[in-house]
Amino acid sequence: MTLFDEPEPETASEATTGSLRGGTPGRRFRGGGGAPLPLLVPALIGLAFLIVPLVALLVRAPWRSLPGQLTSAEVWQALRLSLLCATAATAVSLLLGVPLAWLLARVRFPGRGLVRALVTLPLVLPPVVGGVALLTALGRNGVVGRWLDSWFGITLPFTTGGVVIAEAFVAMPFLVISVEGTLRAADPRYEEAAATLGASRFTAFRRVTLPLIMPGIAAGAVLAWARALGEFGATITFAGNFPGRTQTMPLAVYLALQSDPEAAMALSLVLLAVSVAVLAGLRDRWMTTGG
Amino acid sequence: MDDRRTAAGRKSAPAVRSEASHAYQALGSSEAREAPAAVEAFKEGLDARLVVERGAFRLDVALRVAPGEVAALLGPNGAGKTTALRALAGLTTLTGGRLRLDGAALEDVPPESRPVGVVFQDYLLFPHLSALDNVAFGPRCQGATRAQARARAAEWLRRLGLADHADAKPRRLSGGQAQRVALARALATRPRLLLLDEPLAALDARTRLEVRAQLRRHLAEFEAVAVLVTHDPLDAMVLADRLVVVEDGRVVQEGAPSDIARHPRSDYIARLVGLNLYRGDSDGHVVRLGAGPSITTTEVLSGPVFVAFPPSAVTLYRERPAGASARNLWRCEVAGLETHRDLVRADLSGELPLAADLTTVAAAELDLRPGAEVWATVKATQTHAYPV
Repeated sequence: MTLFDEPEPETASEATTGSLRGGTPGRRFRGGGGAPLPLLVPALIGLAFLIVPLVALLVRAPWRSLPGQLTSAEVWQALRLSLLCATAATAVSLLLGVPLAWLLARVRFPGRGLVRALVTLPLVLPPVVGGVALLTALGRNGVVGRWLDSWFGITLPFTTGGVVIAEAFVAMPFLVISVEGTLRAADPRYEEAAATLGASRFTAFRRVTLPLIMPGIAAGAVLAWARALGEFGATITFAGNFPGRTQTMPLAVYLALQSDPEAAMALSLVLLAVSVAVLAGLRDRWMTTGG
Repeated sequence: MDDRRTAAGRKSAPAVRSEASHAYQALGSSEAREAPAAVEAFKEGLDARLVVERGAFRLDVALRVAPGEVAALLGPNGAGKTTALRALAGLTTLTGGRLRLDGAALEDVPPESRPVGVVFQDYLLFPHLSALDNVAFGPRCQGATRAQARARAAEWLRRLGLADHADAKPRRLSGGQAQRVALARALATRPRLLLLDEPLAALDARTRLEVRAQLRRHLAEFEAVAVLVTHDPLDAMVLADRLVVVEDGRVVQEGAPSDIARHPRSDYIARLVGLNLYRGDSDGHVVRLGAGPSITTTEVLSGPVFVAFPPSAVTLYRERPAGASARNLWRCEVAGLETHRDLVRADLSGELPLAADLTTVAAAELDLRPGAEVWATVKATQTHAYPV
């Protein structure tokens, strides 16, 4: 009896007290102190890799000449255009992306998986390819652009409108993904409850679903806006680089770097500040999940 | 010594088995209840035969409810009650049958156009709207102006005693308050058919009692058809004028609550109302249960019958009682024991499977334990036989 019984209580007590003692196997994976070197070293290198460039930007920034740099007309022009176009692109994304997300989340139709894949494609597509594709579609001789030109006299490439189109093309998938995820998590029975109260499907969406998924829409909009603000490849390909018309901040930064590195750094600092502000705005949503 | 220990008024708990599980097959199926002539005659209230087929599951339930009447669909989980309710609301499409409300066909009418109000099991109050705006939602959708809708909503909240909570968001309401807001929201659309899905299931035991009484009052005032779904026999019996017992997608019994409680026709109901139920063939006072034992009753009947008696009517002995007549005496074995407050429910197997209630003291004196052999008797006067 005792021979068989004794080991059991011992292991049991070890298991229960083990979690209370520090440095036991149960603890090692949670605290940083006991992290094994093969994980710790690359982790720290990775951290440095992400942080050092930003720190370098702050260190080398031409702080003294900064006020002069930032008050120049060109900078303001580029910043204003960037904010305007990013906001317009976000508005377009909201207008088209929220209904698209609803369609993907709520309506069963054949080929839905394929449609979802196509919607997310711009997420992984090199932006330059997106720009070329936009030119092929909406360029003056493009598949659709030809008709826009001859019927309505609308030409999009190399215009401010073109910047908005290019940014929306790249940014909208972020919004769709975010909103669709929130919609899937939202209880569809609220829509049923609204229907029993006499609400049409659209009324139910507008008065019940939309307010319920607002946090997801807001997060998606911020993501899309940030993505649009930093958009470079598709914009320069589709809309070109005309100061005051299509030259957004990232384009201005790139251009300035070739002639005046100090100006490029000053402009970069502005974009960095905007990014930090966006992150701060989203901290409730993402930063807290890590504990 | 007298080993008989009786139990007073207990409603739930297990009992019944033997032939009873197949009892409903003998009952009139839904087809039988549907005389074609009656369809035309039913111009007021609800007249429905709900058929929903989903994979292997088939719901086929006929329902007729007059205005002012409250019908309860009672049945175990998965019986199809909620599916029936959703079909009435238009949230689940009928695959067959018909649905008439006050003479109008509703089969192809979308949910938003049906004069139907629903109180959902977890209420589904819109979390971003105040209680007032939740109630005003329906009138707004029906075309009232914002001011009219809010005035109507305020009136409903006042009627349900919620005037003080008009501005509260749903998460700040107690369970009972939320339930009343949900009721007000459903009633504010002036439905001709009010549906309640497990209206008390989300409440804790204490508020439940109070809310049940309130809900009964409000349902009594409601002038149109009300159908509620519940798996709780007490809720059904308190709230409804008529019970429709649904099992496996079919109606197995329907009638007044008191009648169903006294004359259960299925295992499920007998268990709910706490009766031992058997089905057999009667010849005079004796009901023969298939090839097994027989039960002597006071009623004189012939042909197929049900026999029911409460677990409290059973007397248990460890030894074969001397001098006892052989009538209604069965040799059994204790299969299980369950304690409820000061009572012990003994599950007996053997000649006649049955449930017996006795006090904990008696159970101890009899030294009852699983596997123990006992003799069970029931007086003929305590049994009740009725035709199938």
